[in-house]
Amino acid sequence: MTTAPAPAETELSTVLRIDDLRVSAVGGAEILHGISLELYRGRILGLVGESGSGKTTAGLACLGHYRDGLVHTGGDIEIFPRDADPFTLSSLTPDGRRLLRGHRIAYIPQAPALSLNPAIRVGEQIREVLDVHGFGESPQERAARVAEALEDVGLPSSAEYQRRWPHQLSGGQQQRIGIAMAFAMFPDVLVLDEPTTGLDVSTQAHVLDTIRDMTRKHDVASLYITHDLAVVAELADRVAVMLRGDVVEEGPAAEVLARPQHEYTSRLLAAVPDLPGRKDLSLATGSISQVQEALAEVSADKTGETGAAADASVVASAATESSTGLGASDSTAGAAGQDGFLLDVKDLGMRYGSNTVLNGIDMTLQPGESLMLLGESGSGKTTLSRCIAGLIDGYTGSVRLRGEELAPSTRKRSLAHRQEVQYVFQSPFSSLNPRRTIGESLTVPLEMSRRLPRSEHRATVEDALDAVRLGRSFYDRRPGDLSGGERQRAAIARALVNAPSVLVCDEITSALDVSVQASIVGLLGTLRVERGLSILFVTHNITLARHVSDHIAVLNKGVIVDRGTVDEVLENPTHAYTKALLEDIPQL
Amino acid sequence: MMKLVVRRLVLSVFILLAVSILVFAATLLLPGDPARAILGQQATPERVAALSSQLNLDQPAVVRYFLWLGGLFMGDFGTSTSFGGPVSELLGDRISASLVLMVLAAIVSIPLGLGFGIWSALHRGGKRDKSVTWVSLTLAALPEFVIGIALVTIFATSVVQILPAVTMAPPGTPVWTIPSQLILPTITLALVVAPYIARMMRATMIDVLDSGYVEMARLKGVPERQVILRHAVPHAIGPVAQVIAIQLAWLAGGVVVVEFLFRYPGIGQALIDAVTFRDVQVVQAVSMIVAVVYVVVNLLADIVGIMANPKLRSAA
Amino acid sequence: MSENTLSGGLGGAGATAPGQPGAPGSAVGPDGEKGAGTDIKQSASKPRSLMRRVWGQSEGRVGIILTAIIVLLAFLGPLLAPLVTGYSPTEFADRPFQPTGPFGTDDLGRSVASRFMAGGTLLVLYSVAATVIGMVAGAVFGIVAAYTGGTVDAVIMRVNDVLLAIPQLVFAMLAIVVLGPQGWVLILVIGLTHAPRIARVARAATLSVINEDYIRAAEMYAMPRSRIIFREIIPNITGPLSVEAGLRLTYSIGSIASLSFLGLGMQPPAADWGLMINENRIALSVQPWGVILPVAAIAVLTIGTNLLADAIARANASTNVGNA
Repeated sequence: MTTAPAPAETELSTVLRIDDLRVSAVGGAEILHGISLELYRGRILGLVGESGSGKTTAGLACLGHYRDGLVHTGGDIEIFPRDADPFTLSSLTPDGRRLLRGHRIAYIPQAPALSLNPAIRVGEQIREVLDVHGFGESPQERAARVAEALEDVGLPSSAEYQRRWPHQLSGGQQQRIGIAMAFAMFPDVLVLDEPTTGLDVSTQAHVLDTIRDMTRKHDVASLYITHDLAVVAELADRVAVMLRGDVVEEGPAAEVLARPQHEYTSRLLAAVPDLPGRKDLSLATGSISQVQEALAEVSADKTGETGAAADASVVASAATESSTGLGASDSTAGAAGQDGFLLDVKDLGMRYGSNTVLNGIDMTLQPGESLMLLGESGSGKTTLSRCIAGLIDGYTGSVRLRGEELAPSTRKRSLAHRQEVQYVFQSPFSSLNPRRTIGESLTVPLEMSRRLPRSEHRATVEDALDAVRLGRSFYDRRPGDLSGGERQRAAIARALVNAPSVLVCDEITSALDVSVQASIVGLLGTLRVERGLSILFVTHNITLARHVSDHIAVLNKGVIVDRGTVDEVLENPTHAYTKALLEDIPQL
Repeated sequence: MMKLVVRRLVLSVFILLAVSILVFAATLLLPGDPARAILGQQATPERVAALSSQLNLDQPAVVRYFLWLGGLFMGDFGTSTSFGGPVSELLGDRISASLVLMVLAAIVSIPLGLGFGIWSALHRGGKRDKSVTWVSLTLAALPEFVIGIALVTIFATSVVQILPAVTMAPPGTPVWTIPSQLILPTITLALVVAPYIARMMRATMIDVLDSGYVEMARLKGVPERQVILRHAVPHAIGPVAQVIAIQLAWLAGGVVVVEFLFRYPGIGQALIDAVTFRDVQVVQAVSMIVAVVYVVVNLLADIVGIMANPKLRSAA
Repeated sequence: MSENTLSGGLGGAGATAPGQPGAPGSAVGPDGEKGAGTDIKQSASKPRSLMRRVWGQSEGRVGIILTAIIVLLAFLGPLLAPLVTGYSPTEFADRPFQPTGPFGTDDLGRSVASRFMAGGTLLVLYSVAATVIGMVAGAVFGIVAAYTGGTVDAVIMRVNDVLLAIPQLVFAMLAIVVLGPQGWVLILVIGLTHAPRIARVARAATLSVINEDYIRAAEMYAMPRSRIIFREIIPNITGPLSVEAGLRLTYSIGSIASLSFLGLGMQPPAADWGLMINENRIALSVQPWGVILPVAAIAVLTIGTNLLADAIARANASTNVGNA
């Protein structure tokens, strides 16, 4: 942990106090059930919660802003500015609240690409804050402040740079423009809503550094909203944990993360993957899913989830040990080609026009092996996994299964080949047809393979649903009724109905909450053992490595730069990219 | 950017050529001998023969097409069979009369539609928004002659007789010599067009108002007025320009009914007469003129759309 | 009544609808806390049927009632007319423009009431037929263009651009001058001029669905392409297509009535609302019923179908509309 040494508690001076804040949906359920928090000068409070916990709502409330459909129903927010008397938000007129925003309280949004106005030059957008709030005496003074704010966040302050359009900047630069904008008026309070989501690891590290420096330098009280406990550990002085509209725990970061008091916090912590792989994620999943059930889950039929956890706890740990024995135990599915490889990718290349996406990829997968394909956005990892799965054709080089070359697209592959390599999509919200029941969607592979008589389809699909611990009662339900984790299990079940030997999992946990991620990881471990599956696990998250894989291949700009067993690569990375990645990754 | 504009330009020319083929091909569908079909069964063989050579019917279709197309470029739209003279002479004054009507309708309806659309979006979900929605839905549903007749009933006959029900200028005098006769046709067209612009403007504004950058502008403390005018409206211009273009282009066809209703001496009136008398040359000419208006207006809208989008503008 | 654009205007609603079936964004977005747990589950677990959601809105109710009134009138009217007035629509009741009978006589001395009651049947039938033709042709071309992509897409869309350059009424007149004002010509030309406009909507809707992973999944399992279109794509674009159908019906009614009003649609002595207006408008100040009745009927019908189309659009855009 790199948290700066926090001064003694007594030095803390409150800048913003949330007092018993209640927010409801218009004419509906309460979203925030009376939360209380305090922000201190020069300190960062990490507000952690999974989706639906109400953390963004709480953050926006600090600016007196409630999104459409939400109303403030109780409590208040008090502000103690540097150079004025304390006041409460509710005592202000709408115009008074407006003058507060961007001035005393600034906001840094989640998606810089969407939050910068695409039709206004970036310098102008910073300048606008100064104009609105009447900074300084003269236009020259404002222009100077714009330049200064840009330099503060490490961006060029030249007139040329200020005249750029948002789309001409990278994601990291866009987010820094957002930070410069927030600090332009020297605010008392800063609210940051997942400002690094969607940025790659090294950019995230830079942006976090900037935020940390700026908070200290300008003595601002910051509220950092995130789902990522590792980032909180890196950045925050204090942590507050939210669960379904309540703050369940609050305290100094080091203390909360090391000795969580609330059950939910400890389960959340247990679900975060760690690089050394000492944790058993599956243990976390069991308890978390229980908590979730008890507290909030709506679906009545949840037996699968707990069952999965129990099984997974046994198996996932086994899976991390070694794979060779497991794979060999399965006679048919695991049988390899003459050279011993189940899947053999040779010199695979892919280009779109003049843009080379993949170049000279060599990769092998042994029976029962789990290989992690690690890469950041734009590395070509999805393209590679789709080439292997036959979703993209037009690549060069070859993909062999047990020594037999696979045709480039699934339509040209033989029935057997099509069944043996199965692909699971990243987003479970997009991969199941919302108009069809889970059963109908899962029957499709069977109908197309004609492997079994029609009369056995239902039983096979139900078996697959059992295998992913959803339970057969999900057969007649539609995706809209299911949570993200349940949908992803259904999608995995679809890949299983034809008894494949290779499962390609493309970022299948990245759209999910950390606790759900843990349960899916546990499930994959179980399936690997039960079915002797080989898994190609594609991800951007290196901390999952020891939890899912035995081998790892690092993909950067379309080239595999590092490969080997997980231990080799994590402990002795050979390529500079891997080294940087391991350095920049925030950890608990 | 120039590349984009040039590409649109080329596309426009291509579209017009294709339209000309289509319009010309229509004559080929005339059953039997076109000349006889046009003149009717009672026509003498001499007249039929005269028309045949006048229409170059002795030539193959491809040759006839190019003769016709070449004529179009020279301003020669052929000869009207019912009117007897050159089509260009018949249409000359009428084109300007129709253009006057279209421009007036555009001047009235565009600010009206944009204004109501923005106003409605700002009061989204409220009473004012609802009333704008109902009124625009109702007006948008009505065929233009229904609106026109309602206006005539109210302002020119039954209720108050303050405006002329039909065009009164004698043939040959420009329509604008009696301005009062332009009022009802203009209002009719404006009432038909404005609701679409208003609805599109509202929908686009609401999309934009829900965007991250508008929320960000509010969270920066930007005053609401400035949020609307500086952050929201510029983004609505591109898509709305397309709708306005389609509407203006539609005016080129919609004037037909309105001109007929008000006996307004424009190309629409000429088109209906021509259809009634099966005067193919005139129908072809008017179709081509209308298509040119459509293509030009759309081209302008595309250019506005490109100008309004910095991503496209800077992609040089 | 303009030809194209409400589809454009509703593009916002129509285009987003298929993109988010089952409202994935709200269920577990990066932090989609807007609606929080409760309302997601509500809307997702029991999506009320489209019809009920349409009926749940005031626009929908008014639209359905107005449309139903005129459709009933159009189909029962011809049967009832002689019973009510004692004259068939083409019989002479008195001299022209006399106040005889319920609503007087028309330009030739026929009963206005009889002609009014009989004058909607063909209009409604022709409009529905034209809409069906346009929808089928447009949807087929639009879906195929989007799904096939490449050259096929480019060719279909360029042909579309060409067809769009001629306004619907002008196109219809071009057809009528060549083929004459017959029923099938009207239906075909109105239907086919709708097609390119519908194709645009169908194409846009398909494109937004086609990038969904469930289509890729179907491709991956080598599902036959026709089956992908029927089982995976079409069920997910019925929303925008039904909105489009409602709008096109409104426009069909307007166009066919307009052509009749111009004297280029239904031909005398048939009883038809548009034609009646044309026949009787010279006497608007003396005997207004011959104009006002058919104008009102056409107005009510088009307003009804347009409100209905709008209500369908809203019902598609948000599953929560109509709950309140």
